[in-house]
Amino acid sequence: MNFYPIFWKEMLLIRKKPWRFLASSMVMQVLYFVTFGWGLGRGMNVGGGRYLDFVLPGILALSAMNNSFGPVSTSLNISKLYTKTIEEVLVSPVSHWDIALGRTLTGLARGLFSALTLLVVGFASGVHLHLSVSFLAVLGLTAFCFGAAGVAAAMFAHSHEDMANFNSFFIVPMSFLAGTFFSPDRMPEPFKSLILVYPLTHASLVLRALAAGSDPSLNSVLVLTAYSLFFFYLAGMMVKKAA
Amino acid sequence: MITTSNLTKYFGALGAVQSVSFSVGKGEVFGLLGPNGAGKTTTIRMLTTLLAPSSGSASVGGYDVIADPLGVKRSIGVVPQTLNLDIDLTCAENLEYHGRLQKMKREDRTSRIEELLHFVGLREKKDMPVEHLSGGMRRRLLIARGLMHRPAVVFMDEPTVGLDPQARRMIWGLVESLKRNGITILITTHYIEEADALCDRVAIMRTGKIIALGRPVELKKSVGQFAVECLGRYDVPRQFFPARAEAIEAGRDLCTDVVVRDVTLEDVFISLTGERIEG
Repeated sequence: MNFYPIFWKEMLLIRKKPWRFLASSMVMQVLYFVTFGWGLGRGMNVGGGRYLDFVLPGILALSAMNNSFGPVSTSLNISKLYTKTIEEVLVSPVSHWDIALGRTLTGLARGLFSALTLLVVGFASGVHLHLSVSFLAVLGLTAFCFGAAGVAAAMFAHSHEDMANFNSFFIVPMSFLAGTFFSPDRMPEPFKSLILVYPLTHASLVLRALAAGSDPSLNSVLVLTAYSLFFFYLAGMMVKKAA
Repeated sequence: MITTSNLTKYFGALGAVQSVSFSVGKGEVFGLLGPNGAGKTTTIRMLTTLLAPSSGSASVGGYDVIADPLGVKRSIGVVPQTLNLDIDLTCAENLEYHGRLQKMKREDRTSRIEELLHFVGLREKKDMPVEHLSGGMRRRLLIARGLMHRPAVVFMDEPTVGLDPQARRMIWGLVESLKRNGITILITTHYIEEADALCDRVAIMRTGKIIALGRPVELKKSVGQFAVECLGRYDVPRQFFPARAEAIEAGRDLCTDVVVRDVTLEDVFISLTGERIEG
């Protein structure tokens, strides 16, 4: 295993420009939180609880997704198509699994950091949430899942336009439809079933259940785990194809 | 150290490299010379495992590029044509990263970074971000990076492209120094004087094929010792002669403004293809 140098370099780049990293990790999520939580959701109740308490786990899942998929896929795609820095790694004795893991763990770190900072903002705003190790583990799994998806997408995309299409047709619809801001139960069939195809839906459902102090659906945990493994396998294969 | 046998690469119907065979011995500097699109970079990319050959075989450092790519990667250093350094990192950090990728021990990395930055004349720039370096400095840092893990074989793809003459001479000096230390080097270039100055042997490539291979002096001798050309007259073909007197005599009959000079590798290319190498 030789994934650590790849992870080390990405962390070094973050340490060099911490404020840029912090701002880019926070801005979208805080906007969602302010718009949907404070703006639209103030005074609203969902299932007998405050909407703010309901929506935060969804936005945390969204934050983990955006901050793992986005930076990982963008930087890797630029590295592959423009700066060619990936070629330094491809001619080094590092396996395709190491490259995929190093980059995916970068996504995990970014996604988790972003979600945790938003969590602090949420607590500071008076959100009630049952924080547990399982909750943090699922946040980490979500970030890992989309970090791996980011690696696969970046290695698959043959142009920056392809990469933008991934965002337009995969990430953006999922951000709004995957039970982030509302319960999937509110949607009529067949939309409800379609929404359940998204991995983010399951991340939101599990996090929401854990935040309420109840047991999450085992099915959702398994689906999220299966997606994580599948995306990681895909990431490894895509890197292998490029190597 | 490097052997290729009928190495071929097709991109769709385009034969980028076709049945290329050559071998490079330990400590030899071997050049692939040819115009843009001749297949030099594609050859180097196959040998460094970045591209899978369509057919044929190749081995580097005793490792087959298809069967044992990790073995190849352990024994090679690559100086690519693209300046693919991390511009946000400093010179030392770029080398540190490479050392880590190559699983070098911490103490070894630290001392090697000092040694190489001194070797390429960038010791004063150690903690400077790469984005502040000139093109020539970046090239030198790329060479340092390619040597970081003490590879037995170094691939250099157009190492002086885009550099001014002074920076180019500096890179040549580095290559000569590596050659003295017994490192095997495969270099691609479309600069005639570069191939002539640095390489023990040269393979001249055109449209994916090797059209001539040998020591520069032998290749030039195969054409003649002296070339005659008319200044400013590209419609008059160059002529080659074994003796200077013969060349001067022929030049008198050719045109008014004539130059008699030593044959170059470009003359070899022209005599084989009828085209200029940098055209």
